[in-house]
Amino acid sequence: MNRKYELVYVVSPDATEAQIAELATQVEGIVQRLGGTLEKTENWGRRKLAYEIGRHKEATYILDVINGSGELMKEIDRRLKVFDLVIRHLVVRVDEHEGVIDRQKSRRTETSRRRRIARGLPPDRAPGEGQRGEPDDDRDDRFDMGLEDVR
Amino acid sequence: MNGGRKPSGGGRGRGAAGAAGAAGAAGKDGQRRPMFRRRKVCKFCSDKIDDINYKDTKLLLPFVPERAKILPRRISGTCAMHQRKLRTAIMRARQLALIPYTAE
Ligand SMILES: [Zn+2]
Repeated sequence: MNRKYELVYVVSPDATEAQIAELATQVEGIVQRLGGTLEKTENWGRRKLAYEIGRHKEATYILDVINGSGELMKEIDRRLKVFDLVIRHLVVRVDEHEGVIDRQKSRRTETSRRRRIARGLPPDRAPGEGQRGEPDDDRDDRFDMGLEDVR
Repeated sequence: MNGGRKPSGGGRGRGAAGAAGAAGAAGKDGQRRPMFRRRKVCKFCSDKIDDINYKDTKLLLPFVPERAKILPRRISGTCAMHQRKLRTAIMRARQLALIPYTAE
């Protein structure tokens, strides 16, 4: 059963580059051994922690996108728990969630196309034709931070 | 749902003022922007944000005021569905120390 997961692990700032690379190799080894594939891996670098973990104030974050079975992810979870250098980790299944988002998006596109046609407009928005809502100052600007990088 | 989009109309009123309207009118010292009240609409619905992702801390943080508990729906106006997603994303982000649990 192939599913898609995200694994994020947070590595102690005490870890050397070599130790971080070794961890990545170990994770990849488990993925391969249990018949999965590593779709991509992303090193977010050293980041400040939102709260101290142990005595650490920062740590290195690594994101892996893994296609594989639940068993595979359980094994990774087990192994990461015993690595002292990994101070936090999280496994999230993403395929179902991505499916839902795609469906929502296409439903929304459909609705908007139908409405536009009903109003005598071409079904797709021309580039630069107003996006989201009216940009008047009625919006609560305290919520405006960071909207542009929403996926 | 963007039913009443009118280009003119000066914004402000927007129906739901109700009881708050009377109190709000008294604030004539030019200090607009009362603490909340303004936008009782789900941010995720109106901005068409389908994915509330734990990695997107900029999106999550405004819903974790005072760096403590999650902003309740009755204040943020978030709809039930998006509040559930928001809660999940916030819990994941907290687990990874991407956002805080409490004020220090
Ligand atoms: Zn909503």
